[in-house]
Amino acid sequence: MMMTKEVIIQKIDDFLIDEFEVEEEEIAADANLKDTLGLDSLDFVDLVVAVESNFGVKLVGEDFINVTTLQNFYDLIERKLH
Amino acid sequence: MKRVVITGMGIYSCIGKNLDEVKTSLYEGKSGIVSDQERLDFGYRSGLTGMVEEPNLKKLLSRRQRLSLGEEGQYAYMATIEALKNAKIEDSFFDENEVGVIYGNDSTARSVVESTDILREKKDTTLVGSGAIFKAMNSTITMNLSTIFRLRGVNFTISAACASGSHSIGMGYHLIKSGLQDCIITGGAQEINKLAMGSFDGLGVFATTDGDPAKASRPFDQARNGLVPSGGGATLILESYESAVKRGAPILGEIIGYGFSSNGGHISTPNVDGPSRAMHNALKDAKLDASAIDYVNAHATSTPVGDVNEAKAIYEVFGEHNPPVSSTKSMTGHECWMAGASEVIYGMIMMQNSFVAPNINLENIDEDAAKLNIVKETLNKKIDVFLSNSFGFGGTNSALILKKC
Repeated sequence: MMMTKEVIIQKIDDFLIDEFEVEEEEIAADANLKDTLGLDSLDFVDLVVAVESNFGVKLVGEDFINVTTLQNFYDLIERKLH
Repeated sequence: MKRVVITGMGIYSCIGKNLDEVKTSLYEGKSGIVSDQERLDFGYRSGLTGMVEEPNLKKLLSRRQRLSLGEEGQYAYMATIEALKNAKIEDSFFDENEVGVIYGNDSTARSVVESTDILREKKDTTLVGSGAIFKAMNSTITMNLSTIFRLRGVNFTISAACASGSHSIGMGYHLIKSGLQDCIITGGAQEINKLAMGSFDGLGVFATTDGDPAKASRPFDQARNGLVPSGGGATLILESYESAVKRGAPILGEIIGYGFSSNGGHISTPNVDGPSRAMHNALKDAKLDASAIDYVNAHATSTPVGDVNEAKAIYEVFGEHNPPVSSTKSMTGHECWMAGASEVIYGMIMMQNSFVAPNINLENIDEDAAKLNIVKETLNKKIDVFLSNSFGFGGTNSALILKKC
């Protein structure tokens, strides 16, 4: 069954809060992954791990080229899944 | 040359998770050894081990810091925060002074195996995660402690088998003595998981018993049949005497001698000459006669050959002076990379509290050890100077001499 956009967003938000310890109130579609959520270059490696274990999709570095905000990230995963 | 003092100590071990708990265990002759069924199921000959709980660091360290810290690093961190508190060193001290770190460590087995298992399964290096490399390098402890505490002084790891912790103190001592550094975090840590000890167990050198695990580690006893692996973390803050006095730090003791040697022989079987030379070198460095030593903390691991050869070496060095000797490994098991640092702390606790901890499980003494004054039961005794031995595979030997201030 195809995963809905809402489920994708919920799963991403959940692992950002639980595994990456991002403050829940910082989660917003327009939040900048680096400047607002505080993710650094090493965290992007762990995002690849989290996406693989949560969605069964393997990302590569190039996938992140145009990913600046959380909305960009949601969209990236949706594109990969659909 | 500068005088080198100890201003802080911290310990996280199978006989206690802080200095107070360890003091009580040492005085009461309490063993930290258990039998672990998981090891036997995994294929070990012996399930015996010192057991240390992994600390929950969630409230103490950030996610990024925790991701880079393997088991041995966690123990080292716990020991280090106790040692820094004990030394009255706060974060601002690291900004204002060039504090270094030299720590003993010689494996990161679990971190390596776990990330390799992921790689085998997933066939994708990225999926091992960002922390894997920092946990798997042998310098994991010094790289993590220096980052966590923002250290700006000397920064490297000593890998010298079961003498790693002792050599780290010896190296720190020399850098401070020569004036190159004023304050260095030293110590040793050891992982105890089943992935770390399998190849060691495979040599058939671990103790086995059908009975009480607490009686398995029995250095110098005729019935000893091997060592019991153990681990944890032990940290000592070394400082120049001037620096300690200037900031009003507690001065717990002084390092006055460090002797080292290599056996030049077999990779795993120790000899008499190497350890003997290390002890002589430490006495020479301390400018002391053997008669000045009030207590010897023996390396003795409870192996048939190792204990006999150390007994002969101690007898060769001390002869008629015959100071009290005990192996605290009778209680802790062999803390391996950590042992050389933890045993200096055990000796320091004894010196501070005027007692010699017992060499427990000594029922029928080995013929060569019978020439020594081995302490079977807790001895209330003033100690002004003690010597601590540490030896390791490859024939590396270290002897440290500590003095009350």
